[in-house]
Amino acid sequence: MLDKELRSMIGKVKDGRMDRRAFIKRLAAIGLTAPMANQLLAIGGVAMAQSPAPYPPTKRGGGGPLKLLWWQGPTLLNPHFATGTKDQDGSRLFYEPLASWDADGNLNPILAAQIPSVQNGGLAADAKSVTWKIKPGVKWHDGKPLTADDFVFTWAYASDPATAAVSVSTYADMTVEKIDDLTIRILFKNPTPFWANAFVGAYGCVLPKHLFADFKGGKSREAPNNLAPVGTGPYKFVEFKPGDVVRGELNPDYHMPNRPYFDTIEMKGGGDAVSAARAVIQTGEYDFGWNMQVEDDVLLRLEKGGKGKTSYAVGGDIEFIALNFTDPNTEVDGERSSMKTKHPILSDPAVRKALAMLVDRDSVKKAIYGRAGRTTANYLNGPEKFASKNTTWEFNVEKAAKMLDDAGWKVGSDGIREKDGKKFKLLYQTSTNGPRQKTQAIVKQACQKAGIDVELKSVVASVFFSSDVANPDTYSKFYADIEEFQIPMTQPDPALHMRRYISANVATKENKWQGQNFPRYVNKDYDAAIAAAETETDPVKRAALYIKCNDMLWQDTVFIPVMHRLKVEAASNSLRPAISGWANETDNIQDWYREA
Amino acid sequence: MSQFILRRLLIAVPSLLGISLVLFVVLALAPGDPFSELATNPNVPPEVQAALRAKFGLDDPIYLRYLSWLNAMVHGDWGFSFVSRMNVDTLILQRLPTTLYVIGSSQILALCVAIPVGVYAATKPYSVFDQIANALAFIGFSLPTFFTGILFILIFSVTLDWLPFVYSTDIKASGFRWVLEMIRQAIMPVMVLGLFQAASMTRFVRSAMLDVIRLDYVTTARAKGLGQAKVIVKHVMRNAMIPVVTLIALQLPAVFGGAIVTEQIFRIPGIGSLLISSILSNDTPVVMAVAFVFSCLVVAFNLIADILYGWLDPRISLR
Repeated sequence: MLDKELRSMIGKVKDGRMDRRAFIKRLAAIGLTAPMANQLLAIGGVAMAQSPAPYPPTKRGGGGPLKLLWWQGPTLLNPHFATGTKDQDGSRLFYEPLASWDADGNLNPILAAQIPSVQNGGLAADAKSVTWKIKPGVKWHDGKPLTADDFVFTWAYASDPATAAVSVSTYADMTVEKIDDLTIRILFKNPTPFWANAFVGAYGCVLPKHLFADFKGGKSREAPNNLAPVGTGPYKFVEFKPGDVVRGELNPDYHMPNRPYFDTIEMKGGGDAVSAARAVIQTGEYDFGWNMQVEDDVLLRLEKGGKGKTSYAVGGDIEFIALNFTDPNTEVDGERSSMKTKHPILSDPAVRKALAMLVDRDSVKKAIYGRAGRTTANYLNGPEKFASKNTTWEFNVEKAAKMLDDAGWKVGSDGIREKDGKKFKLLYQTSTNGPRQKTQAIVKQACQKAGIDVELKSVVASVFFSSDVANPDTYSKFYADIEEFQIPMTQPDPALHMRRYISANVATKENKWQGQNFPRYVNKDYDAAIAAAETETDPVKRAALYIKCNDMLWQDTVFIPVMHRLKVEAASNSLRPAISGWANETDNIQDWYREA
Repeated sequence: MSQFILRRLLIAVPSLLGISLVLFVVLALAPGDPFSELATNPNVPPEVQAALRAKFGLDDPIYLRYLSWLNAMVHGDWGFSFVSRMNVDTLILQRLPTTLYVIGSSQILALCVAIPVGVYAATKPYSVFDQIANALAFIGFSLPTFFTGILFILIFSVTLDWLPFVYSTDIKASGFRWVLEMIRQAIMPVMVLGLFQAASMTRFVRSAMLDVIRLDYVTTARAKGLGQAKVIVKHVMRNAMIPVVTLIALQLPAVFGGAIVTEQIFRIPGIGSLLISSILSNDTPVVMAVAFVFSCLVVAFNLIADILYGWLDPRISLR
């Protein structure tokens, strides 16, 4: 039904009987509007509109200095070595991809002459290749021209395991070939409906072949330009002190008209989020502050009569509590949380459902996240097109208690539920982080009311997220009953986000706990739906499949979503940053300006 | 003299070796991963994270890692940062001037406050001046730097808006204005660190002076008809300074440690903030190198203190 309606609407847009805006509005009405709506149109055969970002400055430069405050400063400036977003943000001032994601999740051409579509011949009908046209006349900061060779080289560089690039998997399973000096074609091994990953966004930045050609593979760390980037971006590199400051100056040969607006750019690192908020909002020492992980109360107080304000960008980052399907307390063949066991308490679906009712998402939002969060029942929250409308959540201690009663868990003499002599005790772990410990406290309180004994545990982030096989406290070993953390969505497509939980990905001793399916969730229907979605070229059916996957995760209570988190930034009142929830903060840095 | 210094330097070698071994083992035993940030990035499968660990030798046995570190160190190679993918010595040298500037200034400030105040207070014990100085000293060293730092920011930056609280290494000015800006932004961190040091030092100078001032030779000097100023400066102070020198020399490395907090608060890109961020990101080579620099400093300042004794009191011979 939806399928047909959408199809006819896409047809109307194609013929010009309906304009794009009306199309997006209609999609919104039926709960399908999305950042990805545009990519949907693209595959449906309508050229993607170049995002009409208002950009009033009429000349290049003259904007003075732009001072950015990153409370964790970039530690390296090669985008393909960028471990954290801070490094990606720093590299992105100088290097550029073919396209970036704008606030609505549309592709915004940067080095591309146009966004590939079926109509312009860029997208193959079988979703096995993409042809990108490169903007002519683009120059590297050292004056050499940008050509297709640079893209082919970047692919070869990043996909070579010896290079030790973090972007290696972005460029695996494909070949990039040069068609002519300004055209490249990406050939995928398998049909890839989400084609806009390579050369788009943070890991999409292209490197100059003439400077990196000698440093591919094992010698990658010796490249002098790892620390002195030469890119095509709006700002030219001036100085870099790891962890402290990155400085750049206006690139007079930049390939977009009237851009950039600022004469110099400085990205200062260090300190903590609260004092960064102070320096931007209260004293105005800096123009922009990144990732304001500060309690909303504090931000509201700073904003009163301040020189700046916070801004929010919606993406798909989800903070959740994952439930362990295996038994963390029984060791089988030297492995706890082994697939050969079943969780003694949580394997009962009714118990999992009851637990979900004990997470008071409204209180968490009110007490902790404020404007920076949205309550949700879904694991997959965006783009809008992929967000399920079939799910609900509630906080109800009485109802949860009744469900537990019905499941045979009766309140014992000490107020703790028990069944067949087994006490209802849960170990709840998360990484050490203020908001997470507060969430733990809120959940624990509700559980106590319902007769569940919850033991809280917090692990330092660098240990919790470590891949150290010898460490028992990592999230992937999951030696606890439930655990909480956040998984971000780095692009407006759910493919990578959702394929984590197929049964082939279960984290086990055998795969050194590198499997991404840490809840150890096994569901054949889920596996089948993901497999179908990954080769489905019809965007509508594909979206429906991912919604179905999300609903399965909800139905089986694999996750209890705690908060759909938004990106929070602080900016001075006059600054007009271009921020997208689907990209890095600096991904559209060329469009930033200051209102007089 | 030169023989003494040579011998002391040779003795320092095994202690530095011991320090490095303990440091390395402790760091290697501490769990964590420099690439943990990659864990939740859906674009980066866990194999990539594990491959990086293997590539940087994090999965090797501890003794092998220590031996290769030691071998490199002997050859003058300080190691390679996992996080920044650059040489550790460059990273440290980049930050050394800032640390020396801030810590040096604060130490000079501490001395300029502590010695006159301590000496004057000792000459008039239990006077009003002495009482006030004592009270302030107690307040000074009871307040930790992370508290005074934030207090200063609140007063001088937020409320009064006089001083910047984000330290910048590249000030866009030249000549006199540059000097002025450098001083302006260093005022708060230097005050915080310097006054904290001055507080405990004042107490120490005072008591050292009081110990000496009662000795017979001071009375003799006074009986000779020497003026008060001459007695205090030439006769009392010189002898009283011996324990003070020890204190300052031994405390200087601790000042580097105390500066870590201050550097974090004011975003000073010094060695201390490098150490903190490296510890947080499990960047072992950098932590090793910085800790090693600190231990070298301790050894070096001990030596300097010993040499200064000989100069202050010729009866102490250096053999």
